[in-house]
Amino acid sequence: MIEVKNIQKSFNGKVIIEDVNAVMKAGQCNLIIGASGSGKTVLMKCMVGLFQPESGEILYDGTSFTKMNEEQRTAIRKEIGMLFQGSALFDSLNVEENILFPLNMFSTDSPARKKERVNQVLERVNLPGVNKKYPSELSGGMKKRVALARAIVLNPKYLFCDEPNSGLDPQTSLVIDKLIRDITVEYNMTTVINTHDMNSVMEIGHYILYMYQGKKEWEGSNKEIIFSKNQRLNDFIFASDFLKDAKDMRMLEERGKIDPERNMDDLLK
Amino acid sequence: MNVFSDIGRFVNMLKGMFAKPENGRMYWREFMHQCAEIGIGSLGIVAIISVFIGAVSTIQTAYQLVSPLIPLTTIAQIVRDTVILEFAPTLVCIVLAGVAGSRIASELGNMRVSEQIDALEIMGINSKAYLILPKILAALIMIPLLVIIAMVLGIWGGRLAGTMAGIIPANIYDKGLVEFFVPYNVYFALTKSYVFAFIISSIPAFYGYFVRGGALEIGRASTKAVVVSCVLILFADYILSALLL
Repeated sequence: MIEVKNIQKSFNGKVIIEDVNAVMKAGQCNLIIGASGSGKTVLMKCMVGLFQPESGEILYDGTSFTKMNEEQRTAIRKEIGMLFQGSALFDSLNVEENILFPLNMFSTDSPARKKERVNQVLERVNLPGVNKKYPSELSGGMKKRVALARAIVLNPKYLFCDEPNSGLDPQTSLVIDKLIRDITVEYNMTTVINTHDMNSVMEIGHYILYMYQGKKEWEGSNKEIIFSKNQRLNDFIFASDFLKDAKDMRMLEERGKIDPERNMDDLLK
Repeated sequence: MNVFSDIGRFVNMLKGMFAKPENGRMYWREFMHQCAEIGIGSLGIVAIISVFIGAVSTIQTAYQLVSPLIPLTTIAQIVRDTVILEFAPTLVCIVLAGVAGSRIASELGNMRVSEQIDALEIMGINSKAYLILPKILAALIMIPLLVIIAMVLGIWGGRLAGTMAGIIPANIYDKGLVEFFVPYNVYFALTKSYVFAFIISSIPAFYGYFVRGGALEIGRASTKAVVVSCVLILFADYILSALLL
């Protein structure tokens, strides 16, 4: 579990995030959503220690990360996996070497065991047989999956994903979302995801934190978001008429007014 | 004000490099990789430049020594001393600032912009120790070696040009090389090459590591790294010459 307590961070005197609180539980996908510039990435970078917040605390299973010295932080970081927006694969290393990198750095397993683990995680992200390919030879979706494989290769307790679907087509986005959700449940990880993708919000958002101009505006689940009366949230999530209609349909479904299995042709007559 | 904050960040960067390696074998591998990149990767250009510098030195020295009273061995002595004292360490290091320095700055800049450095930090790896320290150590080992190679090739290039152009016979040139030889000059040249090696590796690493933005900023950082390195090399050259000669 990760707890965010009264976090504040500013750059050059401009407050970027202010007084943000959240509790992100293990075994579920915790989504941070918000418009560009709302402070999502800054919040995530504060959570993993890439930025030092001016005030507030980040607690990993009750232990304050912000008050730790560098050695203690390094120990926690070994339990963190992160999927970056641009995948952040090492260009000079092939897929296998990229995934082996954290294993070689921290694991004392035999080379054969490490290789076996690489193949195991590549199978898990549905990418067997790409071991010798270089990042430049992979598509965007494949890069994301390799980065995900690298992030989970050391069995982390916490997984952070920064815009995992950016630049991907809707179908590949679904594959990535499903993969993240399944891995989260399978390994009982605390997964934190920054996203703009409304499909992810509806599909995998066990817990959703909506940020507006650096502050927490709303929190809840993907079930609750449908019924939210928060105008800013509704304007952000259901921006188009199509999405507004989809929301209405989902509300009716949730209230049992429409059977989701029902033939829509009947309804449209 | 900016200069002072840059100096502060530079010192902090150097301080941050010294930490216990997470895995010594991985650091050793990275060090060897950098030795190959800086040493082998720059060998070709260093060899070409050195041979031609030596050749041109011989021809130009001979052109200026018109008096029949000056023995021919003087040409070899002048070529030897200019190559050892100045051309091999300074000129070669200025070229290396362009070749190796821009590569270091753009490599680290690209890693910063594409979040690869953040990825290392998240893994619990000291990115300064893993990325910058092996580059500086590799430069400190390989650049003096390249300078020694440049000295040898420069002097050989002078001999080649001298004999081919009929300026000085090979045996006279060889005789001149050993006359009035001062071993301290080699020591001085190597001292300079160590200082220049540190400049060539640490300054581009600083500009690359702290780059912000995108491809345009990487290019700017790379150019700035080369310019600042070259200016510092010339400045250090003057200071060292004034202090040690």
